[in-house]
Amino acid sequence: MQRLIKFFLLFAFLALPFMQAAQADELSTFVEQLKEKSTSKKIKTIRAIGAIGASGSERAAPVLEAYLGGKLFQKKTDGTIVIIVKGGEGLLLSDPYSGKSLGTSPKNKYKKIRVNNRLRGVIRSVLGGLQLQHRDRLKRLEAAASMFKSHNPKSIPALQEALKAETDEDVKTRMGEALAAAQLSSTDASAQLSAIKVLEARGDKTALTLLQAAMQKGASTEVKSQAEGAVRRIKKSLAYWEIGQTIFYGLSLGSVLLLAAIGLAITFGVMGVINMAHGEMIMIGAYTTFVVQEVIRTSAPALFDVSLLIALPLAFIIAGSIGVAIERGIIRFLYGRPLETLLATWGISLVLQQAVRSIFGPTNQEVGNPSWMSGSFEVGQLIITNNRLWIMVFALAVLFTLMAVLKYTSFGLRMRAVTQNRAMAGSMGIRTGWVDALTFGLGSGVAGIAGVALSQIDNVSPNLGQAYIVDSFMVVVFGGVGNLWGTLVGAVSLGVLNKFLEPAVGAVLGKILVLVLIILFIQKRPRGLFAQKGRAVEQ
Amino acid sequence: MRNSFLIKTLDKNSVLFLTLLAIIAVIVPVANLVMPPQSPFHLSTYWVVLLGKYLCYALLALSVDLVWGYAGILTLGHGAFFALGGYAMGMYLMRQIGARGVYGNPDLPDFMVFLNWSELPWFWSGFDMFPFAMLMVLFVPGLLAFAFGWFAFRSRVTGVYLSIITQALTYALMLAFFRNNMGFGGNNGLTDFKDILGFNLQSDATRSGLFVATVVALMLAFLISRAIIKSRFGKVLIGVRDAESRTRFLGYRVENYKLFVWTISAMIAGVAGALYVPQVGIINPSEFAPANSIETVIWVAVGGRGTLIGAAFGAVLVNFAKTWFTGALPELWLFALGALFIFTTIFLPKGILGLLARKPKKPRKSKSGKQPDQQSTQPAE
Repeated sequence: MQRLIKFFLLFAFLALPFMQAAQADELSTFVEQLKEKSTSKKIKTIRAIGAIGASGSERAAPVLEAYLGGKLFQKKTDGTIVIIVKGGEGLLLSDPYSGKSLGTSPKNKYKKIRVNNRLRGVIRSVLGGLQLQHRDRLKRLEAAASMFKSHNPKSIPALQEALKAETDEDVKTRMGEALAAAQLSSTDASAQLSAIKVLEARGDKTALTLLQAAMQKGASTEVKSQAEGAVRRIKKSLAYWEIGQTIFYGLSLGSVLLLAAIGLAITFGVMGVINMAHGEMIMIGAYTTFVVQEVIRTSAPALFDVSLLIALPLAFIIAGSIGVAIERGIIRFLYGRPLETLLATWGISLVLQQAVRSIFGPTNQEVGNPSWMSGSFEVGQLIITNNRLWIMVFALAVLFTLMAVLKYTSFGLRMRAVTQNRAMAGSMGIRTGWVDALTFGLGSGVAGIAGVALSQIDNVSPNLGQAYIVDSFMVVVFGGVGNLWGTLVGAVSLGVLNKFLEPAVGAVLGKILVLVLIILFIQKRPRGLFAQKGRAVEQ
Repeated sequence: MRNSFLIKTLDKNSVLFLTLLAIIAVIVPVANLVMPPQSPFHLSTYWVVLLGKYLCYALLALSVDLVWGYAGILTLGHGAFFALGGYAMGMYLMRQIGARGVYGNPDLPDFMVFLNWSELPWFWSGFDMFPFAMLMVLFVPGLLAFAFGWFAFRSRVTGVYLSIITQALTYALMLAFFRNNMGFGGNNGLTDFKDILGFNLQSDATRSGLFVATVVALMLAFLISRAIIKSRFGKVLIGVRDAESRTRFLGYRVENYKLFVWTISAMIAGVAGALYVPQVGIINPSEFAPANSIETVIWVAVGGRGTLIGAAFGAVLVNFAKTWFTGALPELWLFALGALFIFTTIFLPKGILGLLARKPKKPRKSKSGKQPDQQSTQPAE
């Protein structure tokens, strides 16, 4: 009821003669008046619109929206008002007062209730006012945002009213900003001064443009100089935020590199096997995701959101078992001959690529994002996309799980024993051959689950793995072989470095510079950032 | 003195190989130009070009074998030197087009007109002169190899690490050459060549001439490589390959030995690229692709690492197979190539030549150059 009264105050200047009627919530009365062809400048219609807004009826907004969109019609015979939407066959009718469907009808029986530009302006501001006091918090936020965008001085009274009634702090801030934006566009110098403060507190790019406009055409010199100061400060803080955003992008790229490189850190770092087919393991993981999603699409669409969770273990098992097969079938004959291993695994990568190309075709496959991975949110001036954030979390989770497996499980212990001293481990009864196979399988499996994550942000094609192979080796070599922490530091620092170079010199040149820097770095520290020490290193 | 040098350099197989090349150099042009088309001995121009291409690859494989087979440096980036040599030649050929381009600009190649450039970049100057361009064919890859090797060998980057950074090197160059504003035609590279030294590139005679030039280059490169590996220098090199630390402890400056042979090898690769470009008529950044360089290594492995002759044969053999496969069973080629990689490394560690050499008789214990490659071709790493 309180809200209702506020509407009266708000639209008193428009709806004074109809106040009593409005109290009676006679929405239909005012809607009927829209039909009338009033004489001078449609004053009556304007009043009616105001009264509809003030009626406090739930149907006020839909009716006005229909009117604005030219969907309000009257029957030619008896003048009954209906809302008409074009349907599949003919017209879909609905009752403006209840929203109920009234069936369909041929077109020629109804006449459109006309609306002109002046009326549209009035309807919009009334609708804005309605939205500002909507019961739904999100609707209010939306209204405040759209008013901020339009920053029309005419919406000042509506905003002020809405602010008084508002209880939600978040919405209050947004409304205050919208009010400030509107005030800044007005001609009142004192209002402009207070508005500058509010907008400076907001401090984003739109606030900056508004203030820059105020710098040019503020009402007084004080306003101009105040606006100038605010612009300077906002620019400075925006510069910091931009660095923050770049760091986020860098971390995001770093997490992608990390995911791509973790598996390699096991096969290359721990076992010393140069696995050029590593990228193809990632590709197999990505294609597993694709197949899982295809099956879900056709048989159980409801499960789509958990498709990735289903794909993860599958990708691990598939890529892992291919890894074990490769190790048992080929690599174990080549231990101690790293260069030959490199060539043989390159051959494997060619075969796997061509196999995938033959089965799935050479084109990109469509892999969808589940709903919890799409969208984004803002922290201050930072825009953080959900899928990037999830991939970061996931990369770290994989890394730490792997570290825990190496450190605390019996398998991890055997694995470390075999890499440190094969002969001794063998004489302790460890089946070194199987440990080798499982280790290689583990590395490949981890590459597979990396593929599940990377399918969310990259094209799933037979060439997917090729794109990562050079980068992954760079990360592992840069970070230091045989050290998972090194891989983490290597991936993150390369990612951030890349993103900072990009705006300065362009994406391609940035990548080249990073490669050149790594090449120079390896010259300086041939064993990477976190080098293993000791005699075994030289072999 | 001169005589003994030749004897030391050339064993029976080498003489055989050179004779074979010399015969090819005579027969192929004759079969193409002199024989009438209906004669069964006639060789179509298509085959001349194809054989010329194979021999360019053989030259590239030879240069890889020189560093991999004799100095233990597994390079995954020799395609970079090949492509750089090719670009140097391509730039000369571009300048020869003159005003005959699509835009008819006498000074600027078409792609520069297209990009609205007003004048030739400084690094294009001089490429209208053939001798200068040929100098650059040797100099540019050589300089890059020297600078790269200087840093890499001095800081003792070896084995797999070196392989990976050579791969990164060619990858970085590929990205760079894909950029339009590098001034090398970007994605499309350099093409539409008209003539070389005034001879029309499309004519059969010029193609045969280029073929002969390729054979001669291969023979020369083979002789140079033989001379290097049979000298005292070459013995040290093999020492480096098989036991680098030990060689260093004996007092040899390992990095200098490696650097020398690495730079020579890059120059040979550059020449191969320069001969390749006029025959295929295009050079673009995909020549830098790491996959190409790795493929080169497998040619050497198939033929026989550390034999030079084997490398050349391997290149011709694998590429012939590639031509046949991509024509007859295109989707199977990568399977075949992949299988070749795996099969060769596991079952043919010494390549086809190693297989042939093993069969007839046990190696004699001789100090002369009769059994030149009895040192283990598998370096202890």
